[in-house]
Amino acid sequence: MSRRLILAIYTLLITVPILVIVAGSFRTTRDLFAAPFGLPTDPTTANYATVLGEQDLLRVLGNSVLVVSVSVPATLLLGSLTAFAVARLPKWPSTLLFGVFALGLAVPAQAIMIPQYVQFERLGLRNSLTGLILVDVVVTLPVAVFILAGFMRTLPPELYEAAEIDGAGPWATFRRIAVPVSYPSLAATAIFLLVMHWNDLLYPLLFIDDPAKRTLPLALLDFQGEYLTDYPLLFTGVVVASLPMILAYAFLQRHFVAGITAGAVKG
Amino acid sequence: MKFKLFLFAAPALALYGGFFLLPAVQGLRYATTDWDGYSATFDDVGLSNLTAVVSNDDLFRNALTNNLKFLLVVVLGQTALALLLAVLLAVPTKGSRFLRGLFFLPTVLSSVSVAFIWKFVYDPNFGLINTVLDTVGLGSWKSAFLGNEGTAIFWVAVAQIWFHAGQMMIIYIAGINQIPPELYEAATTDGAGRWQQFRHVTWPMVAPATTLVIAYTTLQSFKAFDLILGLAGNPPRSGLDVLATRIYTTFANSQLGYAAAESIVFMAAIALVTYLQNRAARMAHA
Repeated sequence: MSRRLILAIYTLLITVPILVIVAGSFRTTRDLFAAPFGLPTDPTTANYATVLGEQDLLRVLGNSVLVVSVSVPATLLLGSLTAFAVARLPKWPSTLLFGVFALGLAVPAQAIMIPQYVQFERLGLRNSLTGLILVDVVVTLPVAVFILAGFMRTLPPELYEAAEIDGAGPWATFRRIAVPVSYPSLAATAIFLLVMHWNDLLYPLLFIDDPAKRTLPLALLDFQGEYLTDYPLLFTGVVVASLPMILAYAFLQRHFVAGITAGAVKG
Repeated sequence: MKFKLFLFAAPALALYGGFFLLPAVQGLRYATTDWDGYSATFDDVGLSNLTAVVSNDDLFRNALTNNLKFLLVVVLGQTALALLLAVLLAVPTKGSRFLRGLFFLPTVLSSVSVAFIWKFVYDPNFGLINTVLDTVGLGSWKSAFLGNEGTAIFWVAVAQIWFHAGQMMIIYIAGINQIPPELYEAATTDGAGRWQQFRHVTWPMVAPATTLVIAYTTLQSFKAFDLILGLAGNPPRSGLDVLATRIYTTFANSQLGYAAAESIVFMAAIALVTYLQNRAARMAHA
């Protein structure tokens, strides 16, 4: 098969389902089932009204935005401080510190979610967005430390030493040297965290019972239960949940690719 | 004085120690009990949960089998597809940049969104695949896809590949771009065709990328949870149950101690697969 043909087929495989979903969100169920590939014969925004109105999706959207706008900067800050320590400590303490976090990379969330559930319940942090933010930060810290330390360790020590000779303490060195030169790696990590935290389903499923505190993936899953085969409504939920990420991706494509692949290259 | 730097790591260490390492250790303790998660009291049952999970739990074994089927299809299919797309798109042209971006796009969607997209693709009555089959006169090939207990997991694997192949493609493109152009020039001089160039230059030179792609794909597909819950419903039927959903279901059925034991076996299975892979990779590189 020629190069063009293969690429054309894969382009269709990616775009057709997405276009059908977007078009379907403006259709009625009957219209969709009559011709799944067609365009809306009589475009309607009723699905959006239902989703945004009855289903309280604006509140859900707000919860998701709140969670990522706290959890991503917090993870980034804690992760970069730790990465700086890893980069600047002498050999064995640095290895030890890094090793402790590297250990967390090997542990899948499903293996520790049960004791975490018990712990958060006892502390009264379950069923709260604070608890959700906290657990998001904790489970992604190992990856953040891994990516950021990987970058900061490769910087020449002279960079830091010059600042220290000028009398800068570690905090000043961190703020004025390490953070600015690590900008590309920080941006990549931020994107990785954003996608992880925005799309996470496991912890909301485990931690959130109160419908008012749901985040997007959880609300979307609940949708399925309520509207089992009302595909246009499900599609509308998919569009609303995905649009912010897709828009961000369109504008920051390079950072998204760098971030998600840096997450993949965690070993 | 350099140890002052530990203070920089202190906040992260405190949170990670308290909410990650500590529960991980507590999990080992819960696994030796029959605790339901609510009662004030529970009994110590020693290793009986663990031995039951390993030796005598059909549901767990079924989930493990599904996990391995899923893993095999995703690893083989996704690695091959990612490499094919990378080879076709590695040379940067205007069109290839756009296509790379498009193929990577599904990676930024949520698993639940991807699950709903594929639920419609597979819908037995109105789904995209069956509609196409009807249109081209292959109506007899129509299928309920996710309705067949024996093969449903393979169709979820297809959705998983659609979801993440673009991400692995990018890793391969990075690998291909590191190959010195002289190698291709030499191969061309020697009269190697495109297939021979791939076989003797590209494939051996992307071995490190392949190791990475397979390792990450394995981990990612072993942990698949959201996609399956979205496609199969909660709890999934036996044909779609995997370890991650099995643990969740056990836990939701108030068998917290037993679910903790399942988690330990789940972790051990991941560790074993990772170890075998590392060995295989080392043998292949040697």
